[in-house]
Amino acid sequence: MLMPDDQEMAAQQAPQAAERNEQIEALYRSDSRRILATLIRLLGDFDLAEEAMHDAFTIALHTWPRDGVPQNPRSWLISTGRYKAIDRLRRSARFNAASADLADQLEATASSAADYTDDTVHGLEDDRLRLIFTCCHPALTPDARIALTLREVCGLETEEIARAFLIPAPTLAQRIVRAKGKIRDAGIPYQVPAREELPERLDAVLHVVYLVFNEGYSASAGESLTRHDLSSEAIRLGRLLIDLLPEPEAIGLLALMLLHDARRAARASADGELILLDEQDRTLWNHKQISEGAALVERALSSRRFGPYTLQAAIAAAHAEAASPEATDWRQIVGLYDVLLRVESSPIVELNRAAAIAMRDGPAAGLALVDAILARGDLADYYLAHSARADLCRRLGRVPEALASYERALALTHQLPARRFLTRRLAQLRASPQNREV
Amino acid sequence: MKYLCLIYASEIDWANMPKEQMESTNKEYFNFTNDIKKSGQYIGGDALQPTSTATTVRVRQGKISTTDGPFAETKEQLGGYYLINAKDLNEAIQIAARIPSARDGSIEVRPVLVFG
Repeated sequence: MLMPDDQEMAAQQAPQAAERNEQIEALYRSDSRRILATLIRLLGDFDLAEEAMHDAFTIALHTWPRDGVPQNPRSWLISTGRYKAIDRLRRSARFNAASADLADQLEATASSAADYTDDTVHGLEDDRLRLIFTCCHPALTPDARIALTLREVCGLETEEIARAFLIPAPTLAQRIVRAKGKIRDAGIPYQVPAREELPERLDAVLHVVYLVFNEGYSASAGESLTRHDLSSEAIRLGRLLIDLLPEPEAIGLLALMLLHDARRAARASADGELILLDEQDRTLWNHKQISEGAALVERALSSRRFGPYTLQAAIAAAHAEAASPEATDWRQIVGLYDVLLRVESSPIVELNRAAAIAMRDGPAAGLALVDAILARGDLADYYLAHSARADLCRRLGRVPEALASYERALALTHQLPARRFLTRRLAQLRASPQNREV
Repeated sequence: MKYLCLIYASEIDWANMPKEQMESTNKEYFNFTNDIKKSGQYIGGDALQPTSTATTVRVRQGKISTTDGPFAETKEQLGGYYLINAKDLNEAIQIAARIPSARDGSIEVRPVLVFG
């Protein structure tokens, strides 16, 4: 029980302590990923590093209100975490000889380790890059790369990630455990790849970021059209990446994400109906974000070392910068698709190019290309190919064909907003079969 | 760390390889082996006779059963291996990528389990 004096003191300290707690919480939000990244390097183990970091923050919660905040909070947390980890290893050394060796080893390097003070901010940034490249290592399964990146680099909780990907939390937790196991047992190093490996390894990282963005942008199943949290997480990752490693394709990918995300508010109506690009209310677009994206496209293009992400971003910029659908520069867009096809040939890029050709040269020219792609069988089960075909037939007044293709598209997708859109188109077309311009 | 690089390639392609190509591939293997010996990364390695010479052995209820052929029929067959020393998986991948069969077959890189 508190004595009156203590109570008085506690009352005086309370606001100050609350303030300190807030300060520590803010520090956790802003710096915990950096601290973790450095602890993983120093301790050589993900789980040990995570425990160490939490130990350090817990100690801070107890001692900072009493002793004040240290001058370099971040390096204080890192060195405290590290000593707590050595401590933990010492305690388990009674049962496990390997822990004792590891503790000795860590202690021996501790004295020489001036490598986590604020003077070497650069070193800490390198640690974050190391963490990203390790989490996105191509030796891990693609699913594991995404889960690990969101968990370790972005600091999302396992439950949050599981919810976003519509999978049970234990499944996701297991995925992360397996991935950490592989990092440890297969000897995946904690390092930024050497220059000659960088292009391939950076592709793997960008792919993870892109998949996270897409998962948020176009939910693959279920009711909601955008799971925006994942998209903003991907954008945050993209920003971090170009801060650490401003490679043209990383810049291009960030631009692509910003430009797509800028149209978010206009992509669906208030009741969740899908709205196509040419019917969107362009005043709802985030024009500040579009300018930022377009500037990044310029920056990536001027490097002359750009690739498919930059080209897709350039196409998105051409759409986003047009004041109206009619003002869209379709010649430029077709030209960009031509280059994109040369860099990265894919039936989906061909399909998008066909849609752009239809806008430049008329629906008949586009339909011929779409039919050629479908005839090859590449996109036979892709609903957007059939819905694109249906749209072109509709514009050409070929109503029975349009109906058949909309039906086919409807049979191929489970996305509810897309299904509602297709159903609506079918109803409109059936209601006025003689009307050529629906 | 020690890694075992298992070399999988199509035996049919190998058997039908023109003589000059066979000679140049053998020379590449010879050079590669020499290179990793010089760099101290080589621990061991062998080429294997084709799977037509393979026998699979099992013991069930104390009885030995032997069958003709490899354990699993696949498009590519285990044709040889290298046991190497590498700092980490990245280095092992770089070494595996230099094995001539990586270009038409595939190399499975497996860390060796250390007991204790």
